[in-house]
Amino acid sequence: MQTHQFDAIIVGAGGAGLMAALYASKGGANVAVVSKLYPTRSHTGTAQGGIGAALGNHEPDNPLWHAYDTVKGGDYLADQNAAKVLAENAIDAVIELEHMGLPFDRTPEGRISQRRFGGHTSNFGEKPVRRACHAADRTGHMILQTLYQQCIKNEVKFFDEYHVVDVLMNNGACVGVVAVQLGTGELHVFHGKATLFATGGWGKIWQVTSNAHSLTGDGAAITFRRGVPLQDMEFFQFHPTGIYKMGILITEGVRGEGGVLLNRHGERFMEKYAPRIKDLASRDVVSRAIYLEIRDGNGIQGKDYVYLDVRPETVNRYLAEAGETRRVTGEEIEKKLPDILDFCRVYLGVDPVKEPMPIQPTAHYAMGGIPTNVDAEVVIDENWTVLPGMYAAGECACVSCHGANRLGTNSLVDLVVFGRRGGMKIAEYVKHADLIPLPANPTAEIEAEFKRIRSSKGKSKPGELRGIMQKVMMDYVGVFREGAGIQQAIDTVQELRERYQTDLSLDDQGYKFNTDLIETWELGCLLDLAQVTAKSALARTESRGAHSREDFKERDDQNWLVHTLAFSKLAGPYQPGALHLDLNTNKKVDLSLAETDPRFAPKERVY
Amino acid sequence: MDVTFRIRRLNPEIPGKDKPYWQEFKLSDVEPTDRVLEMLHRIKWEQDGTLAFRRSCAHGVCGSDAMRINGVNRLACKVLVKDLGTKIQVEPILGLPVLKDLIVDMEPFFAHYRQVMPFFVNDTPLPEDGRERLQSPQDRERFDDTTKCILCACCTTACPSFWANGSYVGPAAIVQAHRFIFDSRDQAAADRLDILAEPDGVWRCRTIFNCTPACPREIEITKAIGEVKLAIMRGSPEGIIQVQDIQHEA
Ligand SMILES: Cc1cc2nc3c(=O)[nH]c(=O)nc-3n(C[C@H](O)[C@H](O)[C@H](O)COP(=O)(O)OP(=O)(O)OC[C@H]3O[C@@H](n4cnc5c(N)ncnc54)[C@H](O)[C@@H]3O)c2cc1C
Ligand code: FES
Repeated sequence: MQTHQFDAIIVGAGGAGLMAALYASKGGANVAVVSKLYPTRSHTGTAQGGIGAALGNHEPDNPLWHAYDTVKGGDYLADQNAAKVLAENAIDAVIELEHMGLPFDRTPEGRISQRRFGGHTSNFGEKPVRRACHAADRTGHMILQTLYQQCIKNEVKFFDEYHVVDVLMNNGACVGVVAVQLGTGELHVFHGKATLFATGGWGKIWQVTSNAHSLTGDGAAITFRRGVPLQDMEFFQFHPTGIYKMGILITEGVRGEGGVLLNRHGERFMEKYAPRIKDLASRDVVSRAIYLEIRDGNGIQGKDYVYLDVRPETVNRYLAEAGETRRVTGEEIEKKLPDILDFCRVYLGVDPVKEPMPIQPTAHYAMGGIPTNVDAEVVIDENWTVLPGMYAAGECACVSCHGANRLGTNSLVDLVVFGRRGGMKIAEYVKHADLIPLPANPTAEIEAEFKRIRSSKGKSKPGELRGIMQKVMMDYVGVFREGAGIQQAIDTVQELRERYQTDLSLDDQGYKFNTDLIETWELGCLLDLAQVTAKSALARTESRGAHSREDFKERDDQNWLVHTLAFSKLAGPYQPGALHLDLNTNKKVDLSLAETDPRFAPKERVY
Repeated sequence: MDVTFRIRRLNPEIPGKDKPYWQEFKLSDVEPTDRVLEMLHRIKWEQDGTLAFRRSCAHGVCGSDAMRINGVNRLACKVLVKDLGTKIQVEPILGLPVLKDLIVDMEPFFAHYRQVMPFFVNDTPLPEDGRERLQSPQDRERFDDTTKCILCACCTTACPSFWANGSYVGPAAIVQAHRFIFDSRDQAAADRLDILAEPDGVWRCRTIFNCTPACPREIEITKAIGEVKLAIMRGSPEGIIQVQDIQHEA
């Protein structure tokens, strides 16, 4: 075992981790970035459509309108102070990315080009607004590359392919992490004053997902096992347009450019569900509409998918109908959506300029996660008590600026805004904080768990367990949910956890690049998070944002303008047996904007 | 349909398997539209958990799973069975040390990347209005192609000049340099051109063209390298050729 000492340890090298690392080191901290993937492999690189900021480069815009859309999009569960910070800091953050060299697309005047995106409007919901700053349909790629480049320039220290598997606590503070060096299988202890988790989401709980194989929620799972709560886990976003069966994402930018959703009769069905902004309604609304169409037998050939049509003739027909003067050509579509066209051509053999794309909703984004305040400090109860030394940012964190449903382009904003704030806070914190010693035997528990997994001699292949979990979660804890179904998912996942604890079968007993072992350990994280998700979903007896209960169809502001905090009741991180939870619903949603501006008060959400 | 995979393997920890060897796996119920990556997962999850390879995004944008598939560098997640037939051979990419099965040591590759100053440099004052630096759509277009690089190493490990001499920076690093050299906002083009004019820089490129078809992002790599060569001869990205420079380079 090797021990490394740093002021600050950043776990994860996606947009959030890199931004935090940059700012912590610019602020004078000695920083290590620990990542299971090479930084440029992080899932931030797959983000397509854009990053939202009220720059107003094409038409008037205002951060307050952005905050309003965020709050409304989040079905009033977003903490309004956080939504305000998000929208206000977004402008500065995007400009800063440009100053770091990010190659945004440009307007004829040379400014950052912006496009429409779902749920983003001007003047408090009046009409769609061009707010998403983009670089073709590879905005996330450019952000990830640019931030990594800047980290190289600033000589940030990276530990690539080091997989963090435990978090270390002592005297009520976080003092570092334990990681496996993948190439050797050796354990390393990273000891520091501040640790920031930026490990991304956990879409791999579901069968059809836009998420990478690596998105297994490690950071959320290991902090949860060590006593940190998970907030609002019942809210997981299904993006309306994933490639049929594969789940690969087709950005909302396609609809932003004028693409429309059509059912088997060629009807633009979103006109029924969101008369005002139609295909550009919030994601939860559009995903539910697609499910309802499919349920009514309106899927293509009666099957479980619909069409997304961005052929110029279709787009222009609807533009004309709407009285707009803009028209698109095939060439422009090629230029603006090159990667999307490439995905469809490679994986489907479909050319979107000539044919519509078959799509279905795909598990996409975790609104819930490790609770933090607006400075990325982890908070562990309804009184916003800070856990010293522990920080979280990006998708694994829950600030909560996204509430019950995140708007498109707001995750990339979240990464840079709260990653940056976290990095600055850490730089300040490590200047005066003491280095708290490591706990005794810091690796004992995780070593024992790895030994158990490595030497298991049962019958259950990890791949089989994962498959069952993904299916049951898709069927019962997906776009629509209902009590008995959720309970069934809970029971099944519990059985899987038992098999995981007692009956695993592994082929690789080695140390170097033992991906069999690592994948199995990741499955353990997924099972824990699936269980927390399902149990939180069962407890919330209302429908709000992405959490849509068929047995409780209405939103219930009387009882449920609160966040769910789920605590593990297990004595230790790997205690065998059922995963008992303590579900706390005392944390009230911040409604600070509504206090002075009635437009922010919770009301019925229509698009 | 049935497909036979022939995979080049190596496990440094197991005597007898610590030298490269071939192993065959048979898969049935394969759909023509299945990705090679899915098939590798099926082998790993159903038949042999020890098979090691890198992967993440599964749709050709993260650059994790460059492999030599039927003799050509590809991303396993971006090539479909129907384009390969029923006998599929998979090996690690060439020119980098193999660590286990399909996993190679990427450190030399990233070291070359870091060599070319792969970051934006502009120390002039920021616009006074606090807004973005301006760039015309034409100037932005100038380096668009090379912004697409995902550092998968398909190009560099397809290059015979790199195989022959691992100290050559390789096509990927030149692509990365190109992205900044031709960015109208950047100011360190001269430094990068100096680095690439060194013996292990662009002149080791013999225009063999292997890199361009290997690129899963369809970057016109040979063209980009040519533009960098020309810029070195001209002394700047858009400069005029000085006769003495050509003599000097020759
Ligand atoms: C296909 C797709 C398109 C999207 N498009 C958009 C868009 O247009 N606009 C938008 O705003 N949002 C978009 N999103 C959402 C957004 O991209 C993600 O939410 C965001 O990138 C997450 O960033 P992150 O920094 O939190 O984590 P990630 O980028 O996922 O990075 C996670 C990091 O953590 C590391 N890590 C994880 N576990 C461990 C561990 N145990 N030990 C060490 N390291 C670990 C990984 O190596 C990685 O570096 C999209 C998402 C997807 C899937
Ligand atoms: S897995 Fe990401 S490119 Fe293939």
